[in-house]
Amino acid sequence: MRVIAKVWEWLDQRLQLGPAIRETAEHPVPRETASWFYVFGSAALTCFILQIATGILLALIYVPSAGEAWNSLQILNHGITLGWFVRALHGWGSNFMVAIVLIHMVQVFLFGAYKFPRELTWMVGVFLLLMTLAMAFTGQVLRFDQDAYWGLGIGASIASRVPVIGPWAVNLMLGGPIIAGPTLSRFFAVHVFLVPGLLIAFVSVHLLMVLKLGINEWPMPGRIVRRATYLQEYHKLTQQDGVAFVPYAVWKDIFFSAFILLSIAACAFYFGPFGPSGQPDPTIIQTSPHPDFFFLWLYAVLSFLPPSAETPVLLIGPAIAIAVLLLLPFVAGEGEKSWRRRPIAVLTILLTAVMLSSLTQLGLHTPWSPVMDAWSSLPIPSEYLQGRTALERRGALVFQAKQCHNCHSLDDVGGKRGPALDRVALRLTQDQLIRQVIQGGGNMPAYGKNLSPAETTALVGFLETLHPPGQPPASNAARDVVLGADAAGSSATGP
Amino acid sequence: MTEPTRTTSTDVSRRAALVKLGLLLNGIVGVILAIPIVRYILSPVAHARKIGYESWLSLGGLEKFPEGQTRLATYRNPVVNPWDGETADIACWVRNVDGQNFQVFAINCAHLGCPVRWFPQSNLFMCPCHGGAYYQDGSRASGPPPRGLFTYHYKIDDGKLFIKAGEMPTTGSPVASRNSARSTCA
Repeated sequence: MRVIAKVWEWLDQRLQLGPAIRETAEHPVPRETASWFYVFGSAALTCFILQIATGILLALIYVPSAGEAWNSLQILNHGITLGWFVRALHGWGSNFMVAIVLIHMVQVFLFGAYKFPRELTWMVGVFLLLMTLAMAFTGQVLRFDQDAYWGLGIGASIASRVPVIGPWAVNLMLGGPIIAGPTLSRFFAVHVFLVPGLLIAFVSVHLLMVLKLGINEWPMPGRIVRRATYLQEYHKLTQQDGVAFVPYAVWKDIFFSAFILLSIAACAFYFGPFGPSGQPDPTIIQTSPHPDFFFLWLYAVLSFLPPSAETPVLLIGPAIAIAVLLLLPFVAGEGEKSWRRRPIAVLTILLTAVMLSSLTQLGLHTPWSPVMDAWSSLPIPSEYLQGRTALERRGALVFQAKQCHNCHSLDDVGGKRGPALDRVALRLTQDQLIRQVIQGGGNMPAYGKNLSPAETTALVGFLETLHPPGQPPASNAARDVVLGADAAGSSATGP
Repeated sequence: MTEPTRTTSTDVSRRAALVKLGLLLNGIVGVILAIPIVRYILSPVAHARKIGYESWLSLGGLEKFPEGQTRLATYRNPVVNPWDGETADIACWVRNVDGQNFQVFAINCAHLGCPVRWFPQSNLFMCPCHGGAYYQDGSRASGPPPRGLFTYHYKIDDGKLFIKAGEMPTTGSPVASRNSARSTCA
């Protein structure tokens, strides 16, 4: 112990940091902020440090070359002792970091911490969020597999829609005309040098401001923030009822960080690393690319936007969202901090959470994508075929052979792109079915050129049997009158 | 004898002026340095504007593309780096309309660039990402794509099919708007 004390004394004589460190550690913080609600910022920093450490470890093996990256990931997963574990730590660390940064942001928003005088802390935090997301996206690219390759294609397609400079932006982003060697190299530079450097600088400023301006006090309903009086009130609060940051508040940060690290390690150990999926060969087209978890909501948005709204929403939407976040402390820089008196803030969070989780859920299930092999691998349930005429069974064959099943489900099996057809005969009459099959419409392709009259007749014959036993299928009353009772009888055949 | 005070007011203003001059000098050097750096960064754009990335490439003999059918073809991108690996191999769909006329579609969906697959059973191209679908002539059938599939210019020379390619087509790029998939009657 005496040796350590001596070494420290020797160092501090030269560094002269002792008093500054002691002052920082013991600075008084409001008593209520020594709370489990205030641990997410430090946990995010812990994740960031873990990402730097595991990132450097991965860089010992990883080859940032389009021709070799995928192979080097295979070596990391299978050839190097515990390489899979370091990859898993980095992958899960990334997911935890995004999640904790988001939770931190929600907590700061609900506790009104962005108000005077912490506006700039919030704004720097917004940039930290954007950089964290940039790290998540570029990291997904460095896992240079099929998802990364086609994800880049999506990124390039979005960039190309910028007016005037779109094509240049694509060439700049890809480093050339196609997704190839220079593309991966530049994403490596962004992921490993550019954004981490900016992150370190911005985290430092963020932390410095937390120390200089003090931790946001626990919001009390009725305690109003005013520019004229806040600093004085905060000073009084910390002096009269403050506690030293170390050890009163910091022990919770330390415990939570350990818990987070342990959780990341546990996830890494049990679930293993993410991918890589198939090799990034653009001639392998039997692939269904999807982004990482935190971009699934965006993937869902992209499939629901109508074509006319897509480009404006894609280009203007993010700009508006970022502007709203940056301007928030200027619009609401004073006033109530407590969430109990800010119903719109609470509603905003709830609405955003519901929206993002619904879109993520949809992104996991991709109901908008045809099930590409439904026609050959998912048979029509046998109860839909029993007791049917030869023509209707022939129609069921057409239903499979022409891949209707890829987009339409029967008995909850098959694609969800179009409506389920279990009760289609209740909704559409024979004429309407024929029209829909031949002309398409309502987001369905027209099959008129693709079906012979015999096939159409058979298919519609099969579709007309798709109704519950007790309920008669839809029929055109006028047609019955014109053609007589025969037509009515023929359209009532069914189970 | 007392030493003259070392900082007179004229001295300070001269030092201050020197600092300003020094900063100005650094600014000028910075601008001079920025020119080559910006040109270095913008080299992919400059290449596209001056030389272009496209050239005529062979997809192989016509016998590979039977009449009335649509087949997958691959080519090596003309602008390559030694470390591109398999990413420089690009796929496209070749449709032999009637033995005389061809259509060569880009593999990239006109929506956001995912690889479309051809289904001869239903005569549709389907995209696995967001559910875009196209008819056999490349025109949009359903889903989010704002237009039909991108097509390459083609020519037939000495029994071989050539296409003009070299750049990934995207919705906003001039290559794409030039090569719009027209709705043909074939």
